[in-house]
Amino acid sequence: MTLEVEARLDGPAALDAAFAAAPGSLLALVGPSGAGKTTLLRAIAGLTRPAAGRIAAGGETWFDARAGVDVPAHRRRVGMVFQSYALFPHMSAARNVAAALDLRPRAAAMAEARRLLAQLGLGELAERRPDRMSGGQRQRVALARALARRPRALLLDEPFSAVDRAARAQLHARVAALRDELGAPIVLVTHDLNEAQLLADRMAVLAEGRIVAQGPTDIVMADPAAMRALGLREAAALLPARVARHEADGLTRLEAAAGPLWLPRIDAPEGARVRVRIMAHDVIVSRARPEGLSAANILPATVLEIRPGEGPGALVTLDLAGDRILARLTRRAVAALALAPGTHAHAVLKAMSVARDHVALARD
Amino acid sequence: MDWEALALSLKLAAATTAALLPVSVLGGRALARGEFRGKRLIEAALMLPLVLPPTVLGYYLLVAMGAGSPLGEAWESLFGRPLAFTFEGILLASILFNLPFAIQPAQRGFEAVAPELREAAACCGMSPAAALWRVELPLAWPGVTTAMALTFAHTIGEFGIVLMVGGAIPGETRTVAIAIYDRVQAFDLEAAGAMSATLVAVSLAALYLTHRLGARAPAGAR
Repeated sequence: MTLEVEARLDGPAALDAAFAAAPGSLLALVGPSGAGKTTLLRAIAGLTRPAAGRIAAGGETWFDARAGVDVPAHRRRVGMVFQSYALFPHMSAARNVAAALDLRPRAAAMAEARRLLAQLGLGELAERRPDRMSGGQRQRVALARALARRPRALLLDEPFSAVDRAARAQLHARVAALRDELGAPIVLVTHDLNEAQLLADRMAVLAEGRIVAQGPTDIVMADPAAMRALGLREAAALLPARVARHEADGLTRLEAAAGPLWLPRIDAPEGARVRVRIMAHDVIVSRARPEGLSAANILPATVLEIRPGEGPGALVTLDLAGDRILARLTRRAVAALALAPGTHAHAVLKAMSVARDHVALARD
Repeated sequence: MDWEALALSLKLAAATTAALLPVSVLGGRALARGEFRGKRLIEAALMLPLVLPPTVLGYYLLVAMGAGSPLGEAWESLFGRPLAFTFEGILLASILFNLPFAIQPAQRGFEAVAPELREAAACCGMSPAAALWRVELPLAWPGVTTAMALTFAHTIGEFGIVLMVGGAIPGETRTVAIAIYDRVQAFDLEAAGAMSATLVAVSLAALYLTHRLGARAPAGAR
């Protein structure tokens, strides 16, 4: 059930983008606001009509400008979670979900809707109306409603922006699980790169209506074109690791390929595999193994690539026993340390600089 | 007390309201949703009955319905009876005259429904008709009921245009409002007073009932 999208639109919200998303994968559409992320999502759902292009999902053509095909939104099997959730305010949670089910009789649809809500931990709220629910609960009802459609593509438009941190972590886990269960591609529009990087298999970066970079998440995040669109402050890499031990002093010891790593307490069981988002500006590089340093995380590294920026900075790609991380250094530091591809060095990371929500469970 | 006139008024109000219900829903929704050429002109034209004296509209309608007019002739050849000075004539006039009352509140009702809800309905697989019935109408319902109540009450109270187009034929076009006028002309103030009080009561009841219904209509339509 692959989703193929190619869409062009003229006018103030110009768009010229093409991408594909495989079943069982999550593609994050990221970019600054006004870049056309939501417009692209709406084009897939059939709510905005592109001037040209082609959109197909699961072998079914939904839009083809050349062939004159434009399947109306209600005939596209698409699950859409709107930014505002757009729940029907006059219906209970269960009726909202049942509204997206093709089931007759009504009693069967309501039973199925309650089952879907229970799966998302909302079994007890099935008869409640949206105006008496929290943001996180509404978000889950919207998700259940989108899933009820048995979509060929699940589209999520900034679904986490209006929920608090605790609810967000839960929902992240839910979406990560969905990715494996759904059998249809998920497209997530977000401006939160952390969220995108932790959840997405692939990433497409939109700027002014064009895709400036796309591919596997870790590669896009290290792509200079993507970096320009997203801002260097966001440069980061994902380091895979395993949770080894929750220590008594509140730290968690992780095992990465290059060695141990201590981070503030992580909400994952011992033995779990995680991805840690390491911000490039949090990484210090040292030629010799530093002694007497407060930072405990010192991993042997090899310089792979050095990209000088336009300003005083440079982006250094480091190899950590097969994993890659990025470090933002000054060009002066690069020269002083005589860093070059192949140089052996050490990457130093301050434990407290990794935010708790920069760690996510990895997929198996 | 002229019961025949009261019955005729209620019949005229009910028929007008029934005829305008689909116009109210579809017209109100079209004006709330669409941005099309001539929308402002249509909205302005719909307001005309509010500002023109009933005699002006009545005059044009009388000319348009008269025996010599194409409409009057066509009607007569079709149904074998004239349009002017008949119940059908005042019904047609009443429908036209009530358009602003039937459409405007409904339009406001539909405007209050977030466009995203309609899109969400489409994404749930609802056809436009299903979305109207299951999502938009329940949410716009207070606007539509207000429109129907105003139409009903306004028809019962209409005087000038009915007199112009229908005259005062007992059982055919003499509504309560006209009967009251007749009674006053005949210095029968007692009958006029009784009928006036009845009219006030019926109108108040109609408006009160609608407010009750509107308040109990599906929530969330703000």
